[in-house]
Amino acid sequence: MDVQPAVPSASGPEADLQIRPPSLLRRLARHRAALVGAVALAAIVFLCTLGPAVLHINPDAIDFTAFNSPPSWRHIMGTDDLGRDEFVRILYGGRISLLVGFLAMLIGVGLGGVVGAVAGYFGGSVDFVAMRVVDVALSIPRLFLLLLLSVTIGSGVFDIALIIGLTAWMYPARIMRAQVLSLRTREFVEAARAMGAGTGRILARAVVPNAVAPLIVNGTIQVGQAIVSESIMSFLGYGIQPPTPSWGNMLTNAQTFLPVSPWLAIFPGVMIVITVLAFNLVGDALRDALDPTGQQGARANRAPRRRRAVATAGT
Amino acid sequence: MWVYIARRVLLSIPVLLGITFLIFFIAHNLPGGPLAMYLNTPTITHAQIVHLEIQLGLNRPLLVQYAAWLWQALQGNFGHSFVDGQPVVTVIGQRVPATLELMLTAIVLSYALAFVLGVASAVGQYSPFDYVVTVLSYTGMALPVFWLGIMLILVFAVDLHWFPTFGMSSTPTGYSLADNLHHLVLPVVTLAVYTLAQESRYVRSSMLEVMQQDYIRTARAKGLTERTVLFRHALRNALLPVVTVMMLDFAFLISGAVVTETVFAWPGMGRLFFDSLQQGNYPVVIGIAVLVSVMVVLMNIVADVVYALIDPRIQYR
Repeated sequence: MDVQPAVPSASGPEADLQIRPPSLLRRLARHRAALVGAVALAAIVFLCTLGPAVLHINPDAIDFTAFNSPPSWRHIMGTDDLGRDEFVRILYGGRISLLVGFLAMLIGVGLGGVVGAVAGYFGGSVDFVAMRVVDVALSIPRLFLLLLLSVTIGSGVFDIALIIGLTAWMYPARIMRAQVLSLRTREFVEAARAMGAGTGRILARAVVPNAVAPLIVNGTIQVGQAIVSESIMSFLGYGIQPPTPSWGNMLTNAQTFLPVSPWLAIFPGVMIVITVLAFNLVGDALRDALDPTGQQGARANRAPRRRRAVATAGT
Repeated sequence: MWVYIARRVLLSIPVLLGITFLIFFIAHNLPGGPLAMYLNTPTITHAQIVHLEIQLGLNRPLLVQYAAWLWQALQGNFGHSFVDGQPVVTVIGQRVPATLELMLTAIVLSYALAFVLGVASAVGQYSPFDYVVTVLSYTGMALPVFWLGIMLILVFAVDLHWFPTFGMSSTPTGYSLADNLHHLVLPVVTLAVYTLAQESRYVRSSMLEVMQQDYIRTARAKGLTERTVLFRHALRNALLPVVTVMMLDFAFLISGAVVTETVFAWPGMGRLFFDSLQQGNYPVVIGIAVLVSVMVVLMNIVADVVYALIDPRIQYR
């Protein structure tokens, strides 16, 4: 039922609006959005991992009859200036982009999880120092850190994943710390300690498993953000270097060729947008599913936090 | 209150030290070192490089160099640009107005729109309008800034010829406001979309949260008009968290500005950072990175203080 803001009555529709849980239709819609995201992700991962193996086309293969040709039945996404098929390169590029995304997420969440767990469990000066390091890393705008580290560390696939991971561990660390702080005085942790379990064992067996849910949510969204970060670094020339295709570096020269072959700029970007959107939708759905205390509702429906829980690429 | 502010400022000192050291450390570990720019210049001999290293103190331990740099930086001296020998502060200062023009316009536009869209979609929760805004903002949050810029260029410059694609003005000498604004449109839209998408969700959720409070029910029960309830009771309280979050957007926006300025050849600080990094002009690279990070720290302090000031529920110690 739509509620018009101009209706001046205090009872009726407005009052109804406040106490009524979201309609079944709405809940279905929300699940549908998450479902669409999950299906899109599955399709993209499936196409990018298996597609190249099935198609057996070299991404560097050159069609000498078609340079800069627009999308056609022969090349459904057109060809680039060297006569390479854009669709095949999108599939291969997707492998790299997804790989970088997942690796960066694992590094970021893993590192952040460890830092947060240690800081939260030991508290005191360990906690103070760790949290100031988090503050430092959060204060340098992400792109500046990404570019500086990229010049220092390198631009291989694993280098880029490491660099992005190194700029993504701060929110996982804060999340983990908060979880551990709230868990460490709970009875089952006290019980483990009373039974003589060591610190490492308590952290690994009692605390961490209970703190994993919010990290999974953050991790899901981080994958998408890492793919965006990779694309920005590649666009600026500090990402994955050609001839290895990634969705990001396929866009490196897109601006130059824009008047001649706009499809080269459109398709890789569309893939990035769809993938990031899908990760965000799935992440929101996971948050709803994994957070027993949260109200029904996506990230955007929840009470605003003073600090964002999700580290975005900042760009 | 003053104790709270003092505490907050004191806490930021180790953070500032950490930031400056980290940036200094990374920049001095770049391949080829701080003088990389000169290494490949044929007219400069090895002896001259050694001389430069001694003159600039680059042969000293890194910590000593850092301390010396910090001491100078505290007095406003960030060294000299390797490109033209001008003081870094001057070089950066020349580019600040362009970046401010871009960022401030984007901020004002995105927040104004975010408030309108956010409040409207909260009031009409689950309406078709709300649905459209939700879909658009989710899309907006998934758009890489540079790609959005390229798409805007494709549609509005390459195809429609409505707007220019680079720079701040068409003529190098003359300045006209209309011309400047004409150049400003695409970069501002590029930069503003992400913030608009994110903050309209923020305003919406903040508004929804407030609308569930008891005092809103009380206000309605008093028989106030819906308009009064919305704008005098709900919106004011909903603004509170949003206003402080605005301060924290600075870090996102400055990163976005680097990308936007690169796409549109906008002669601002972000473009300068990118160019300096490519040239190996490390004094300028360090200067800009430190400057924007310090700004982020300041914004954080301001956000905390403002929050404590305008929300009487916050207990500050």
